[in-house]
Amino acid sequence: MVQTSTAKRSGNPIPVPHKISVAITVNGVETTLEVAPWTTLLDALRDHLNLTGTKKGCDHGQCGACTVLVDGRRINSCLTLAVMKDGAKVTTIEGLATEGALHLLQQAFIDHDAFQCGYCTPGQICSAAGLIAEGKAKSADEIRELMSGNICRCGAYPNIVAAIQQAMGKMGGTP
Amino acid sequence: MINFQYARADDVADAVRRIAADPTAKFVAGGTNLIDLMKEDVERPSRLIDISRLPLKSVEETSDGGLRIGALVPNSDLAWHPLIERRYPLLSSAILAGASQQLRNMASTGGNLLQRTRCFYFYDTATPCNKRKPGSGCSAIDGINRISAILGTSEACIATHPSDMCVALAALEARVHVAGPKGERVIAFNDFHRLPGNTPHLDTNLQPNEIVIAVELPAQGFAKNYSYLKIRDRLSYAFALVSVAAALELEGDTIRQARLALGGVAHKPWRDAAAEAALRGQPASQATFTHAADLLLRDAKGFTHNTFKIELARRSIVRALTQAAQATPQSQSDKKIR
Repeated sequence: MVQTSTAKRSGNPIPVPHKISVAITVNGVETTLEVAPWTTLLDALRDHLNLTGTKKGCDHGQCGACTVLVDGRRINSCLTLAVMKDGAKVTTIEGLATEGALHLLQQAFIDHDAFQCGYCTPGQICSAAGLIAEGKAKSADEIRELMSGNICRCGAYPNIVAAIQQAMGKMGGTP
Repeated sequence: MINFQYARADDVADAVRRIAADPTAKFVAGGTNLIDLMKEDVERPSRLIDISRLPLKSVEETSDGGLRIGALVPNSDLAWHPLIERRYPLLSSAILAGASQQLRNMASTGGNLLQRTRCFYFYDTATPCNKRKPGSGCSAIDGINRISAILGTSEACIATHPSDMCVALAALEARVHVAGPKGERVIAFNDFHRLPGNTPHLDTNLQPNEIVIAVELPAQGFAKNYSYLKIRDRLSYAFALVSVAAALELEGDTIRQARLALGGVAHKPWRDAAAEAALRGQPASQATFTHAADLLLRDAKGFTHNTFKIELARRSIVRALTQAAQATPQSQSDKKIR
């Protein structure tokens, strides 16, 4: 029996789609997921893979809490459909530390007290990793501008900028 | 999120075939606006046709000295492309003034042209909106209209087009290449977006069975005397209240060629032939710029909360033209307006 949803467009019920198989590499681990077309990358990470470090803030691309790296570039995972990322390499906050050692950005955020409640922090750190990889931001003004997609309601911005500057210096501008 | 089917297009012809076969389907590329609107229940496509893997991601030089930008070039790649930075810095600056770096990494060139208004009432499905539901009425005209348009409005709609990139593309007189069942055609940028009139549900003149494949820039890039000045409620990551793309070609102090386009004030990037004509052949002076601004705003009409935009636009035009003439374009990271 073909299931249909109650949603109707142009008068016809839309059949509930089959789940789609998606192969993605998350933090170096190859994974195959069966997802509905509307499953966002954010929900796939949190609900299918139990990687709850990536946060759902606004779920509308306005806060940056869901920022992850896809093929090395920072994006909003809440506005990304998982089915569209078949074959992609995803890095989340859980994948930044190596062999038990914190990533330089994670250590810098601790050193500079760059968070209060911590909810925006995984997105801030993934975004900063993307920013350093881009290599465009040099001054504090440029860091602030290119980090403007990550909102911190606790207002830790000065310390976030200082933490990024510290990590950027130690990383020599490379991720 | 709503229920929908998903399909991937193999090539441009396949994409056109698929969209022609299903009038309730929509293309998805970056998804930054469409997926948000689907979460809000504003857009309700029965099917998404994924065009993100089509080979439309290159920036190529054209035989007449311009550039052809593939429709799927991400906004961030375009802003930082060496040829754009060097020859069309106005475009680079406008792109970097919009959205956030995450969104610019996702959003495509073609999708930027096709993004929908951010009018509060377009998003609020509990209220009437002629753009969302034709014939239901406009809630903004007598509602909270601080962000609404002051030029080219109609009794049916006072929404603005939200793009920064498109304001620069209008000033540069870009051309939009589209493909449909009957082949390809080229649309002048000024003819791409529409004024609301009594059909505000139609943002553009792109037909439902057509796809944007490229944006072409003519050779003239105004790389020396330009500025993109964006005025908004916070310093970054906010839509424009008013934005101005100014581009001049000077001979000494005399303006030989002038382009002026405004964002945040109308249903499309706003250009005015009379205002630009009033700049040509004149000295690059405050008096010239003020006269052009007065001309451009001669029919401006404010609503309950946005009358301030008329004076804001006037001053922004004068400031952006001054920045362009002095070859000191507005910085998009140092926010001081000089």
